This record gives sequence, structure tokens and C-alpha cells, in this order.
Amino acid sequence: MTAAAEARPILRIEGLNAHIAGQQVVEDVSFSVPATGITALLGRNGVGKTSTIKAIIGLIDRTGAVELGGVRIEKEPTFKIIRSGVGYVPEDREVFSKLTVAENLRLAERDDAPRRQLVEELFPDLLARSAQMAGTLSGGQQQMVSLARALLNTNKILLVDEPTKGLAPKIVAEVAETLAEAAKTVPILLVEQNLHVVRQLAEGAVVLSGGRVVHTGSALEFLDDAELTQRLLGVSAETPAGERTAGEKTAREISGKGAAL
Amino acid sequence: MSTLVLLLFTGLGLGALYFLVAAGLSLIYGLMGVLNFAHGAFLTLGAFAGWEIARRTGSDDWGTFLLSLLVGAAAGAAFAAFTEFVLIRRLYQRHIEQLLITVGLSLAAVALFDGIWGTDPVFIQGPAWFKDTTEILGARVPNDRFVCIVAAVLVLLAMVFFLKNTRYGMIIRAGVENRSMVTALGIDVRKAFTLVFTIGGAAAGLGGVLASHYFGYVSPMLGGSLLIFAFIVTVIGGLGSLTGAAIAAVAVAVLQQFANFYLGGTGDFVVVLALALVLLFRPSGLLGRTS
Repeated sequence: MTAAAEARPILRIEGLNAHIAGQQVVEDVSFSVPATGITALLGRNGVGKTSTIKAIIGLIDRTGAVELGGVRIEKEPTFKIIRSGVGYVPEDREVFSKLTVAENLRLAERDDAPRRQLVEELFPDLLARSAQMAGTLSGGQQQMVSLARALLNTNKILLVDEPTKGLAPKIVAEVAETLAEAAKTVPILLVEQNLHVVRQLAEGAVVLSGGRVVHTGSALEFLDDAELTQRLLGVSAETPAGERTAGEKTAREISGKGAAL
Repeated sequence: MSTLVLLLFTGLGLGALYFLVAAGLSLIYGLMGVLNFAHGAFLTLGAFAGWEIARRTGSDDWGTFLLSLLVGAAAGAAFAAFTEFVLIRRLYQRHIEQLLITVGLSLAAVALFDGIWGTDPVFIQGPAWFKDTTEILGARVPNDRFVCIVAAVLVLLAMVFFLKNTRYGMIIRAGVENRSMVTALGIDVRKAFTLVFTIGGAAAGLGGVLASHYFGYVSPMLGGSLLIFAFIVTVIGGLGSLTGAAIAAVAVAVLQQFANFYLGGTGDFVVVLALALVLLFRPSGLLGRTS
């Protein structure tokens, strides 16, 4: 990718408003996602992060401009937006519980040559459980199915909503590692409450409050500003820059291993 | 003993008809959230189309009967596909309007059938074998019951095969569980909507031809009278569950027959009572979604 292409945002949102059951949940949100790396979409519970993600792909009623790779997509139905190159990993996984793992994955294949081998390398456990009903998997395994569905196809961007929610620390690390691998080839807009994971993975940050964007900039700089994180997130990032634990690695450090995406 | 056997097979035959209507209703509601009150009209059109085949050929042999099944199913499928494509699709996620338009369509269809075929029932003859009986454990069971049962079992097996072994079947199963997530995988779920309506209409049309032989007549009200019980079957079986619809169809029809015989003609009351009990103690139905 050229420097000029990298400088151009892959996703641009301008004046996005969204409503659920008549109530406004996203208010005049504008931000851009760079064509590389992971951008974190942060905010307290209920500020509209998930609604923003859903509004981008048209899962809820919205107005405003949404541009993917320089093409306006806000008038398109959800399935066409997805087909134009958006991988969506929803909050709470949303696997089809009465379909097998293999069926969940087959359903997600939209490319002529889906990247099955890659998914098998990244999630060997899923291969062994291909005939198992997805509803009987553990939360971590369901998250792997959800991530695998998005990674099966070639995307221009991944929208990943709270992928570590409710998972054990070991699984959180595995999910973070997978996301870091994915970010080597596809930009990611990541909604994440776990600030350790954000610190590990994200380069940029967009912070929402009351359905509006209240801060944009470097993720690390934001997390290092204890006063700002306390004010906007209600918590402070526990591990300042330079004092990471041995288990924590940045996306760049992680990207040196694992399957190539 | 012979009475029990006769009631059981009569109930199974009626249950087969309930299933053929309820299968489409259940899948349509499960996938699209549409309570399709026009579904009875698909059945009635199928029944009249089958009757027209018999009338125009002037024959009541097996070939004519099988042709009438095909034509009845095709008529029901075409009417259902038209309904979804022209009326329902424009009202996507507007459930009150969808409800109103299907109720309106059911009334308009009955009026149209009255105009074309008259308000009085028209009587139908099938193959001579239908009029015979087969003795089972001392009971002389009318043969047309077996035809209904075999047809319903074949339709159930075909639907299960389709749902389990085809991509569209997979999309429908996934859509019944979480429609918006299917869309979020890049799948145009509207095609599945049309397909489910068409399949449901075909089953109802087939059921219409079989119902005309089971009852011996066709009338514009035939679909409406079966629709009420098909709705009860759908709710008891669990909205969106094909297997649930099959189990509930048999349970409701057999219960109805036994109550009619042993409890002084209270079959309809007992069925409604069963519906109330299911709604009170297991609102998701026998095999429906729990959420």
C-alpha cells in the first residue's frame, strides 16, 4: 500500500445520527478510521459504541454520511455494505446456536475463494469441533467462530464489537493475538472495554460520550492521560506506558508470529 | 379397541392437513415475523385448482389425482410468492401493516373465490380406492386418511432435507434464529423470504387438494376453517419450528378427535384449552425459541 493510500481513511463517518425505537442513540458522530492498524472506539457503557457500529452497516435506522474506501454506502442495504468489504464481529458473538460450527462458517463465506486454510490455522480447535452445534460451545469458542466468520473473507475493514467481553484472561490474550494478526492486513475499528487490550492493540482512539465524539487521537496518549480517561471512561488505564506486564505485548510485537493473514 | 384405532387414524389424517398448513405458517413467522392470515387462501386456491383439474379432465383416477396435487401445490406456491413479492416485501418490519394486509387479502380472496366458484361447496371424487377402507385391529379406516398421512410425511421429509442440506435451507434456519445477523454476513435475506413463502404456499396448496378429498368437498371457506387450527398448532409447536409443528399437528388433531368422541363434541374447546395451557406454562411452545 502506498503512503498516500495509507494516509487516506478507509472509513469516514460524517454527521451520523441513529435511532432505536424512536430514541436517539448516536448524535452527530463524525470520525475517520485510517487504512491501517487498529482504531479503538471507546466510551462508558451505553454511550452508543455498539449503536455506532450497527449504524455504520445499517443494522439500525440512521442518517448521515458513511464512506468506505471513498465510496458512499449509507444508502445501501446491510448485506450490500457487508459484501462491499466489511467484516462484522458483533457484541455477544451472535453465532447461530442451532447450526454446527461448519455451517456457521459456510454461511459466512461470500468470496469465491474463502480463506478456509487460514481460519483452520488460526482456530484449529474449530476444525475439531466442526460438527458440534455452535450453541454448545464455550464463550471463547463462540468468539473464535465469530472472528473466523469475519476472517474467512477479504475485507476492507473489520468492525469488531467487544470481542473479549466475558472471556477468561487466557482467551482474552488469544483473541488479542488474533486481532493483532488480522490488523497486519486489514484495518480494524474495535469497540473494547478492556483497556489492557486497547493498550496492546490500538493505535488510534475515538471516544464517545452521550452519543457524541468527545476525543480523537493516539490511543496510548489517551490511556496515559489518567485525568482524561477517568473523566471520559470513568476508569483509569491501570498500566501506564513503559510498565507493561510480561504478558502484554503491543500489536506490532505480536504480529511477528502466528499465521500470516 | 376398533374405535380407538379409528379415532387415532382419523386424527392422524386431520393432523397431516394441519401440518401442511402449519409448516409454512411456522417458517414464515419464524423467519420474517409475519403472522400470515392469508395462508388459508393459498390452501383454498390449491383445493379449487385441484378440483378444476378433476372437473376438466372428467376423470377420477390416480393420474388425475396426482396431477391435481401438482397443480394445487403450484397454485398455492404462485399465490404465496405473489403475496410476498408484491405485498409483504414492501411492508418489511412493519408488522401491524403486514397483519392488516394479510387479513384483508384473506377476506378479498374468499370474496374472489365466491365470485368464481360460488358460495356453495363443490363436491369432489377421488380414485375409487379412497372410498374403500382398510381394516386395522378391527377398525375400518378410510383409505384417504392414509393418503393424507403419507403426503404429510413426505412433505416433512422433503422440507427437513431441504433445510438441512441446501444453502438456502441453512440461511432459513439461521434466519429463524437471528435474521439481522444473517444480513450482517452479507446475505440478501429477502430471497429467503420469497422462498419460504413459496414453499409454505406449495405445502398449503397440496394440503388444499388433500383436504378436499378428506372432507369430500371444496368451498371458499375451506382454508379459513383449517387456518384457525393451524395457527394453534403453530403456537403449540413453537413458532419457527418445523418439527414442533409436526408434533403439535398430530397432538392437536388426535386430541380433538378423542375429545369430540368421548367428551361430547368438545374437541375444539379442548384444543383451545391446550393452547391456553401452553401459552401460560410454556409460551415458547414445545420446540420454539425460548427468548
